[in-house]
Amino acid sequence: MHLSSLVEMVESGFDDRVLLGDAARPTTGSEFGQLVRRGAVTLADVPALVYVGENHPLLPVALFAASWAGIPFVPVNYRLEDHQLNDLVARQAGAVVLADEHTAPRVRCQGGAVVFDDWLAALPADPSPLDPPFDDDEVAIVLYTSGTTSEPKSALLRHRHLMAYLLGSVEFGGASEDEAVLVSVPPYHIAGMANMLSNLFAGRRLSYLRAFEPHLWIETVRRERITNAMVVPTMLARIVDALGGRPADVPTLRSLSYGGAKVAERVILDALRLFPDTGFVNAYGLTETASTIAVLGPEDHRAAVTSDDPLVRRRLSSAGQVLPMVEIEVRDELDDIVPAGEPGIIFLRGEQISGEYATGSLLDGEGWFCTRDRGFLDADGYLFIEGRADDTIIRGGENIAPAEIEEVLLKHPAVSEACVVGVPDDEWGQRIAAAVVLRPGESVSESELQNAVRSELRGSKTPDSITFRDVLPHTETGKMLRRIVQQEIVSARCE
Amino acid sequence: MSIVLKPGTRLFSAVCKTEMIAVKAPAGSVDLTIGGIAPVSSAADRDGSGSVAEGFGGGAAMGKRYVSDDDSIELLCTKAGEGIPALSGTPLQLKEAKPLPSSD
Repeated sequence: MHLSSLVEMVESGFDDRVLLGDAARPTTGSEFGQLVRRGAVTLADVPALVYVGENHPLLPVALFAASWAGIPFVPVNYRLEDHQLNDLVARQAGAVVLADEHTAPRVRCQGGAVVFDDWLAALPADPSPLDPPFDDDEVAIVLYTSGTTSEPKSALLRHRHLMAYLLGSVEFGGASEDEAVLVSVPPYHIAGMANMLSNLFAGRRLSYLRAFEPHLWIETVRRERITNAMVVPTMLARIVDALGGRPADVPTLRSLSYGGAKVAERVILDALRLFPDTGFVNAYGLTETASTIAVLGPEDHRAAVTSDDPLVRRRLSSAGQVLPMVEIEVRDELDDIVPAGEPGIIFLRGEQISGEYATGSLLDGEGWFCTRDRGFLDADGYLFIEGRADDTIIRGGENIAPAEIEEVLLKHPAVSEACVVGVPDDEWGQRIAAAVVLRPGESVSESELQNAVRSELRGSKTPDSITFRDVLPHTETGKMLRRIVQQEIVSARCE
Repeated sequence: MSIVLKPGTRLFSAVCKTEMIAVKAPAGSVDLTIGGIAPVSSAADRDGSGSVAEGFGGGAAMGKRYVSDDDSIELLCTKAGEGIPALSGTPLQLKEAKPLPSSD
């Protein structure tokens, strides 16, 4: 199925339901469909629609107008430096570029950008509409990967991938009329796109936060009577900090999902305590898998925190169980499937799995996609993610996942952030180096932290050195920039 | 009357409020009805005459999926109505779905 069909489904199912917009522009399903058709006629002879800007209450109109016109929608990270931003925009030759008012003047290619509000205001009033396209093998969305380990790649999501995800995991019209979701993940992130698509499919009103700020988020949840929200882990940590130990007092919030990067167990335990009436959902997925492929639901969270069984308790740090329409295999270096409990590389297969970049498909002959994430499945099929295979430290022939060591460091009350990397070493191949950020006013010695790791794990997993830092570098959506931490540690040692 | 479906084809009951969209469609034409009568391709094409035939009512609910025995055809109800879909005179089966927690 094609995303343009979703527009017609929304018109059919939610014709008089307010689904998006803001107080000044409440927009029903019917009005949304009209805006999409009016937008599409302006894009009829264009190869792509680029959007570079913050969230916007009518952002879905831009994506679906592109779909209806049969062209890809390409959201670009507006927080990039000018030259990087223009490099990515320039990759879409001949595209129409929409931007928010702050970003528009920064676009110096493709003949410049049009401010999205101006584009909306200038749409033809009553054009003869285009017929909706049906070919679901066309590219719907191009997303640039965050490039934590290399240059950003253009990941391609075709209509069939996105619709397979929606049809497989969301109930059409499953939300009642009083439900509203707060979208605070930016549009250039797969979670921002999935947030938009699955809530429109469910018939849940979209309320957009233009850019995330924790106090504004809490205030908006209360004011807009938000029932559902999705955040990345750094946002969750900042919300927990902003609450300062007081309960969140958000009686309408039924579901809070988080995902996109590893979350520290302490943050989720604090969050569960401060949001006692909210169901928590941890979602794992990649850009290349058209978002979520595994889910740890509210019941799993409750079971984990109340259980005496350590195998059930540890599921709090798992990604939950794989969606029914996705197949998973965990394989070793020889491509053999490993038994439950043993780590390896995660492979996925299914209708929503794209695994494709502008440079070509990475799916193998049988349709499997190598995620390059390391992890393991427990005996009941709960998936534990250990991190990127590229980040794995190989010390004296032993594979060591940085996440395991970071988790122990983060349990120390003085530590607020931790990053563990491998640095070249003549004797061991790689040595383990850690960089940590301490909580304000706290202090701890290198040897105390090393002892903490040694007693919980073992000597070979104990960092050979630990440096103390004021901050650690992250992408805006919370992924640690390990490559930079590693380079800084290596160059500091050479000085 | 037989019609050709493709994923995304919209179907409006001619005799009630039911609206469907094809999620999965077989190659070639099918003898499909909603409420016992061949569907029309837009709400404006309803002429207001006729009613749901016996055996083809009972209600279709928004979000429900309907499939044929051989799984070759799947329809999704986008607007609730009295009439249910049928293939060659046999009502389609309601597809059971286990709800998943909303992850985004």
